[in-house]
Amino acid sequence: MRIDCKHVWDHISAYIDGEVDAALRAEIDRHLETCEICSAVLDSTRNVVVLIADNRAFELPAGFSNRLHARLDRELSEA
Amino acid sequence: MTASNPESDAECIRRILAGDKQLFHELIQPCERSIYFLLQSLLRNDADAEDAAQETVIKVYRNLHMFRGDSQFRTWVLSIARNEGLGRLRKAESRREDSLDEMTGDQAGDYTPALLTSWREVPAEALERKELGSILRKAIEGLPEIYRNVVLLRDIEEMDVRETAAALGITEGTVKVRLHRARALLQRDLAPKLKGFAPKRARLFGWGA
Repeated sequence: MRIDCKHVWDHISAYIDGEVDAALRAEIDRHLETCEICSAVLDSTRNVVVLIADNRAFELPAGFSNRLHARLDRELSEA
Repeated sequence: MTASNPESDAECIRRILAGDKQLFHELIQPCERSIYFLLQSLLRNDADAEDAAQETVIKVYRNLHMFRGDSQFRTWVLSIARNEGLGRLRKAESRREDSLDEMTGDQAGDYTPALLTSWREVPAEALERKELGSILRKAIEGLPEIYRNVVLLRDIEEMDVRETAAALGITEGTVKVRLHRARALLQRDLAPKLKGFAPKRARLFGWGA
């Protein structure tokens, strides 16, 4: 069976997470060898996942932690 | 994300409940980011998210004796954060009646990815640029809520599927479906915008130039 591009796109997220079974992974890998479109879709999806996992893109507001622990200190000294 | 250790969490909780209250600062510290970003995702407002995060942490402290240890501590904390966020949404009656769950079902529509080959490598130095962070945040804020929450916990806070499901009160299967859909939407949105961050060697063919 030769899988088509749509089939590959349907499994890209699971593929990135290593959650497709060995047989499907092999099919997808074979498809990727010859399909530059799907390779690019896979790479760019993986890039998105890598980029948003970078903490520098999602920083807590300045002083968040200090304010939180100051509030907590008030609570701890009351109770 | 700092993964917490269930055994040391349990020991820590035992000591706090026995009177070593200051230890609570250490216990909650690894959860702070997840609490904030989950609430930010729900409330879509930085100031409200911070206020709700503080309220959540106080509730966690006051209810610490209720933690049974049958889930990870952070999962339990995030379910409290989620309830805090949902409670605020209800109170403000800002929650739209047409729930997003109905509006954008998990199976909604076919997805066609952004078809371009020009953005294939992660440009590490690009992360130094402020604009990238803002592009990413905007893209995630633009996702429907049911997808945003999942991306936030799975891909930003890097929780596993099980923990994400427990924190959001959905099944593991639903987490996977929503994550797939969310990443597809983000790829479609971001790949064209991030072309500018790609290395020079990028070559386009056919479309997308």
